[in-house]
Order: sequence, then C-alpha cells, then structure tokens
Amino acid sequence: MAIWSLAARAPGVNPLILPGPLSVVETFVRLTHEPFAGYTLQQHLGSSIVRFLLGFVLAALIGIPLGLGMGWFRILDDIVSPLFEAFRFVAPIAWVPFAALWFGTGIGGPILIIFAGAFPPCVINAYRGARLVDRKLIEAAQTLGASDFQVIAKVLLPASIPSIVAGLRISAGLGWQSLIGAELIVVSAGIGYLMVQGQSNLNTAIVMSGMIAIGLVGAAIDIGLRFLERAVTRGKPA
Amino acid sequence: MTKGSSRVVRAVAAIATLLVVCTAWWLLTDVFHAISSGRFPGPSDVIKAAIQIGKPPGYGGAVIWAHVGASLALVTAGFFVAAATGVPLGLAMGRSRRVEAFLNPVFLTIRPIPPLAWIPLAIVWFGLGPVAKIFVVWFAAFVPSLINTYAGVRNVDPVLIAAARVHGASEARVLSKVIFPASLPMIFSGLRLSLQASWTTLVAAELVGAFIGLGHVLTVASTDIYPGMIFYAMAWVALCGSLMTVALGAAERRATPWLR
Repeated sequence: MAIWSLAARAPGVNPLILPGPLSVVETFVRLTHEPFAGYTLQQHLGSSIVRFLLGFVLAALIGIPLGLGMGWFRILDDIVSPLFEAFRFVAPIAWVPFAALWFGTGIGGPILIIFAGAFPPCVINAYRGARLVDRKLIEAAQTLGASDFQVIAKVLLPASIPSIVAGLRISAGLGWQSLIGAELIVVSAGIGYLMVQGQSNLNTAIVMSGMIAIGLVGAAIDIGLRFLERAVTRGKPA
Repeated sequence: MTKGSSRVVRAVAAIATLLVVCTAWWLLTDVFHAISSGRFPGPSDVIKAAIQIGKPPGYGGAVIWAHVGASLALVTAGFFVAAATGVPLGLAMGRSRRVEAFLNPVFLTIRPIPPLAWIPLAIVWFGLGPVAKIFVVWFAAFVPSLINTYAGVRNVDPVLIAAARVHGASEARVLSKVIFPASLPMIFSGLRLSLQASWTTLVAAELVGAFIGLGHVLTVASTDIYPGMIFYAMAWVALCGSLMTVALGAAERRATPWLR
C-alpha cells in the first residue's frame, strides 16, 4: 500500500494512469451512487451476478447428473468421454464468437460462456465421486433390488456429495472468471462492461474499482461454497 | 460399479463415437441443410476457411501459421517469465518466515481478482501490443506457480531437511538438493494450472484487442459473421492448448524420473 501510494505520487506519473489508493476508494464510493456507463456499480454487479447464477446453475443441473451417469453406465462413459476430452481444451472464452452469433450479446451469450467454464469441473468431480463410491454399498443396494435409477439417486449421489461440492467450488471460480471475460468482450452492461468503458476513457480509477468489486464478489462466492463444503463433509460419517 | 472396460474397447468406442458425431455433423449441415451454415458451419465451410487462411494473404492480416506463432510466442514468453519469478519466490516464501510475512498479505488481496480482470488495466498501461499481453499472461500464470511451490516447500518432510543439516549441508545445498527436488511434483502441478490459465487469458486478451493472433482471428471472423473461420480458429485454440499440456507432461516426466 505504501509503495503504491508513493509510486502514484512520484513526479512524472500521470494520475490518470496510476491513481493512488485514496482516489480509487473515492471513485469506488462515487460509483455506488453516481451512474457510470448507464448504471451504478451495484446495478452493474447485479446484472453480472444474475448471469453468473443462471450459467452456473445450468452447468450444475446438467453436469452433475451427466457425471454420475457416466460413473454408473459404462456405455455413457465410453460415448461421452472422447467428446468431452475434445471440447475440454477449447478455452471457455473462445466460445465468445459463437455465443454472440447464436444467442446475441444480451443474456444468452454470456450464459453459454459461463456454462462452458463451469461445466467441466461439475462433470469431472461428479464422475470421480461416483467411481470412488465403496462397491459394498452399491452391491448391498443391488442385492436389495434397487434399480439403476435408485442406485444413482440413493447411493452414488449422497456418497459423492463431498467431491461434487469441491467441483462446484472450482466451477464457480472458473464461471465467474469466464463471465468477466465475456463481459469485457460482448456485453452492454455488467461489471466487465464498466471496466471496458473505464479503459476507453483512460480512467484507471474506474478500472481498478471494477477489479476490487470483482475480487470481492469472487471471494464471497468462494467463501460461501467453502462453508457449504465444510458443512457437507462434517455431516458425513468418517 | 460396472466392470472396468479394457483399453481396446474404450479406444474403439472413442473412435466410433467421433465418427458418428462427425458423420451426423456432415449430414445435418452439408447434405440435408438442417442447420443453416449461417448458424453453424458444415465441414465444407470449415475446409474452405482453412484453405483461405492457409495461403497468402490469409485472413485477419496474416496466414494461420503467423497467427498461431504469434499466440504461442506470447504465451510461452509470459509463462516462462511467470515460472522464472513465481517458483523462486515460492521457494523463498516457503523457507523464510520474513519473506512469507511480507508477501502473504499481498497475495491474499490479489488472488480473488481473476487474471482476465487485469486486461483493461494492462491495455491502459501498455497499449494493445505484445507487452500488455505478456503482462496479463504473466499475471495469470504467476499466482498458481507461486502458491503451489510454496505449498510444496511447506510439505517437504522435515526429517529429510534435518538429515541433510546433520551431514553439514549449507542452506543453499539444502535448497537445491533436498527441498527443490522434493517439491517438484507440486511445482509441476502448479505449472500445469499456470499453463491453462495463461492460454485462456491470452486468447481473452487477444479477443479484447490485438493485431495478430488466434484471438484476433476469432474477433475478425465474428464481426464478419464467418462461422467456418470461427470454428477453424477454435479448433486451433484447442489443439495448441492440448499440445502445450502434453509437452509440459513430457517435461515433468523428464524432470522427475524417480516418480516413474
């Protein structure tokens, strides 16, 4: 902090390029009640969070059942795994052009990108969780006449919850980061858009305020999921 | 759990699946036009795009090799600078309480900010040229390599260090002969995370603004509404990403022969 404020005060440093900590805090506070790029900071954050939640929930709703199913049905595993491996290396952000082409730049496009970022960890962790379930539990269930669906819902799902929640934490991080990338490129509202506007106005204080807001929300999401993780592992008998 | 399938069965299933999907793709787009080529390209559109960008004057200002080369050069530069700064700093943080007490709070504040969020700041500071991209890639790769090195050093068995000390090894020797090799597996898993983060970040940075590179091809193809080219550039993004991961895996096996 001291180095930062000294560097900002050093002669020859343009305050527009490197504002001091105080002026960033000042800008941050001003942005909460004065609209910039159409909305206040809270409104930008709000629209980002709504998109994030939609994409993240969609990824979890599709990814977790798919991962569990792959862990149970060998044939599904054999079919999906090669496709999944092929797609995994496409950086989520590279979906931006197709996202814009298919769903426009409103709400659908960013959701596809968040989905692309958050989907793989959901599938992988549900799959790993399902593969590591104690075989005795499954055999016991099958001996008692459980159907495939019952085994998945009553044995695999509860037993792999810790792994799934750990996967959700990773996906939330990746999803949040992909959202920022999407907003930097295509969207017309949201926290990333606020930063791009700050950038094109050469207003570094606004860019830094956006970074602080992104960091705070990202940390809050992570802390929330870590809390869930701890609650889940505590509830499980060792 | 069902029986573990043999490698051959899995390979056959993988090839069969990919063949079925590719045939379905070809039938849906080029043969029956069930999906319009303005929405999703067929194989013929992709091949057309590949030929167009493959020979001069190329597309988006250069041929494909120049774009791929530019992206790979930037990501390599940023990644190596990050590894060269992150790993030693992580070693120092793991060995010295003073360095740790000084640097830890800085990292705890910086860490939650995703590397992509640094892109606008990098553009304000360094413009649209290579320096800004190397800066962002460095940032993306620096944090995971540092944190994993630090964790690796912290997990080295203290008995090993004490044993080396008893035999009169100096701090430099302990560092180079005991701590560094013992933490190599952790360092490499950090580097793998770094590499993935670098590649994603570079593509994003090029999408935001660049004059050359795969991200630039994607941007130009997107404004031209040229789905074939978008698809081809995405395939290159995936190919480069997987090749780099394979290369790093090979480097890891060479660097840690005792783990084989």
